Amino acid sequence: MDLAKMFVHMFVSNGFIGALIIVGLVTMLAYKIAGLTKGRIHGSAIAIFFGLVLAYIGGITTGGHKGFASLPMFAGMGFMGGGMMRDFAIVSTAFGADLREIKKCGVPGVLSIFIGIFTSFVIGAGLAYLWGYNDVVSMATIGAGVVTFVVGPVTGAALGASSDVIAISIAAGVVKSVLVMIMTPLVAKMIGLDNPQSAMMFGGLMGTTSGTAAGMAAVDPKLVPYAAMTATFYTGTGCLLCPSLFYLVLNMMVG
Amino acid sequence: MAIYGVALLSACMFAGVFLGDVLGGLLGVKANVGGVGFAMLFLILLTNRGIDKGWLDSKSQSGIAFWSAMYIPIVVAMSSIQDVVAALAGGPLAILSGVLGVVVAFVFIPVLTKMGSKTPAEGQSEK
Repeated sequence: MDLAKMFVHMFVSNGFIGALIIVGLVTMLAYKIAGLTKGRIHGSAIAIFFGLVLAYIGGITTGGHKGFASLPMFAGMGFMGGGMMRDFAIVSTAFGADLREIKKCGVPGVLSIFIGIFTSFVIGAGLAYLWGYNDVVSMATIGAGVVTFVVGPVTGAALGASSDVIAISIAAGVVKSVLVMIMTPLVAKMIGLDNPQSAMMFGGLMGTTSGTAAGMAAVDPKLVPYAAMTATFYTGTGCLLCPSLFYLVLNMMVG
Repeated sequence: MAIYGVALLSACMFAGVFLGDVLGGLLGVKANVGGVGFAMLFLILLTNRGIDKGWLDSKSQSGIAFWSAMYIPIVVAMSSIQDVVAALAGGPLAILSGVLGVVVAFVFIPVLTKMGSKTPAEGQSEK
């Protein structure tokens, strides 16, 4: 009777339940540490940071691409943190949101999405050029990666970019997502991220659904629905503009 | 029963995601455009109506509230499955472009918020 093997097998065949335990423990530890900082650092920020550390550990020990879920025993984290659960939980946070606050945002909210996509694309394409990737397809793909790590590969696939360029675009997008997760609670006060309108700008400008979801959660969970609302339109709009209009304009300028 | 609220939440998500898929298809994009955003709007509208009209009782609401409470834990799980190794291994180009993209976007937030909070009266008096 190999107890260790039975223990591991239990995690493997009841992945989601195992994930609930792990997340419960990680979150409890994070909030305890947050308490020690006397509220200066939000518990959720520390918990998300611990999540990223677990992701690094999982990736580095297995060479896999699913972070902590790359370890077969913890594959359940992949379900709990996957797209379906993420989207479901984000939608549920709208319960209790005030439609009047959303209406107040108006034109600047829509503008934030376009400004966010445009600035990301320009920065990515520009830096790609400086790094020696001076063909339009690579520039557009890396630019799209800075938009989000979903828009990058979608654009790269549409334009026929090489796989190393697509990998860079994903990496840039993940860096952005991780940075948004970490930096948002640190700069929130400085940029006035304390009301629904600024939260909507935040979602529209940063765009990364995972980054804004986590970042906003660490600042004020009540503002999450406002940030998520604009962030979800951002990815779709990015996938629309980057392989088409932005690529064509870039081609005219550089190609 | 709690499941009534959860089923409503789920139906709103499906309605929104479906609309987003249709919109993406119409625009010729291989992506979902704003699906979760539409879903949230549906949920807000329906829960407000449900509470006002009385068909969304507190037990049903508790089902939705539970999943709201699970939001941060799910985000923690999501953080743990990111390809952090790839992010760091993407090298200086990936890191620099990611960093710069974030910083520039952050700078715009107070700018746009100020723009958004200007009342029509203020805007006209500046013309």
